[in-house]
Amino acid sequence: MKLYVPLAIFLALVGLFGFGLWWNSTHIPTLVPSPLIGKPAPDWKLPLLYHPRQSLDKAQMLGRPYILNVFASWCFACADEHPVLMAYGRDLDVPLIGYDYKDKRGDALAWLAKHGDPYTQVVADESGRTAINFGVYGAPETYLIDARGIILWKHIGPLTPHVIREDLLPRLLKLGVHPKVTT
Amino acid sequence: MKPVLRWAALALLLGVALAATAIDALPFKDAAQEVRFQNLTRQLRCLVCQNEDLSDSNAKLAQDLRYEIFQQMQAGRSNAQIKQWLVDRYGDYVLYKPPLKPSNYALWFGPFVLLAIGAGGVGIYLRRRAQPQAATGFDEDEDW
Repeated sequence: MKLYVPLAIFLALVGLFGFGLWWNSTHIPTLVPSPLIGKPAPDWKLPLLYHPRQSLDKAQMLGRPYILNVFASWCFACADEHPVLMAYGRDLDVPLIGYDYKDKRGDALAWLAKHGDPYTQVVADESGRTAINFGVYGAPETYLIDARGIILWKHIGPLTPHVIREDLLPRLLKLGVHPKVTT
Repeated sequence: MKPVLRWAALALLLGVALAATAIDALPFKDAAQEVRFQNLTRQLRCLVCQNEDLSDSNAKLAQDLRYEIFQQMQAGRSNAQIKQWLVDRYGDYVLYKPPLKPSNYALWFGPFVLLAIGAGGVGIYLRRRAQPQAATGFDEDEDW
C-alpha cells in the first residue's frame, strides 16, 4: 500500500511532463493566435509598389477571396518561402497580393527582380502602421480574406507545400474556387 | 593616439550615445506623462521578442507600437483604451497580466487546484501515519 502512493505521484508527474513535451513538439509557443480570425479585415489603403501614385484598398478587393502575403526584402524567412509562392501562387485561383512590410521601395523592387514576382499586385506599407491593424508582428505572414472582407485564416511563418495542401487548400475549396493544386 | 583613431573613438562614443537615447526620443508633455508611458509600456509584451516588454525592446515593431501608444496618449486616450486597442489586434497575449475569463481559468486557478491536490495528499498521508501510532498506544496499554 505504501509503495502505491509514490508510484502514483511518479506516474502523474511522468504524465504531466510527457504532456508538456508533446504539447511543445506539436505547438510553436512563439505563434500568437490572432484575435482577428472571423472578423472583418481592417480598412486598408496602400500604394502599389510598382506604381506608388496608384493605390489599392480593401473596398476594391471586395467581391472575391484573396490571399495577402506579408513579406520584406530584409526578411530571411521570406526568401525561404519565396520559391513556394513562385511554384504555387498562380495555381491557387485567387489573387495573391504581396504586402511589402516596412521596406524601402528600391530594396523591395530589387528583391522581387532577383527572386521573381509571384504576386497579382504588390502593395507597400513602408511605415508599417497599417500592418499593426492587421496584427502583423513579423514576416512572413499570410492571410486568407473572403469576398466579404472577413479574415478566414492566418499563417505565421513561411508557407510550405505542406501548409498549402493541408491548411490553405481545404479553405479555398470551401470558398468555391478551383485551385489547380491537388491534395 | 593617432588623429584617425581619435576621430573613430569619438564617432563610436557618439554612436553609443545616440543609440542609448533613441529608445526614448519621444516629446512628452511633462514628466508625469512620461512616467505613465513607462508604466504602461512595461505592462505590455513585445510580440517579436516575447520575453521583453514594450518599454525596453529594440525591435522595430516595438518602436512602432511605442510611437503609436505615445500618439494615442497625446490624443487623450486612457490606459484601458490603449490596452484594448492592442488586444483587438494582437490578442490577450500582449498583456503581461491576462484578464480573468473562462478561457484563462486554467491559468489563474490551475496553481490553486494543484495546491489543493497537494494539501489533500499531505492530509491523507498524515492521517495514515497517525493511525499506527494509536495502535502502538494500545499495545503499550496491554504491556502495562
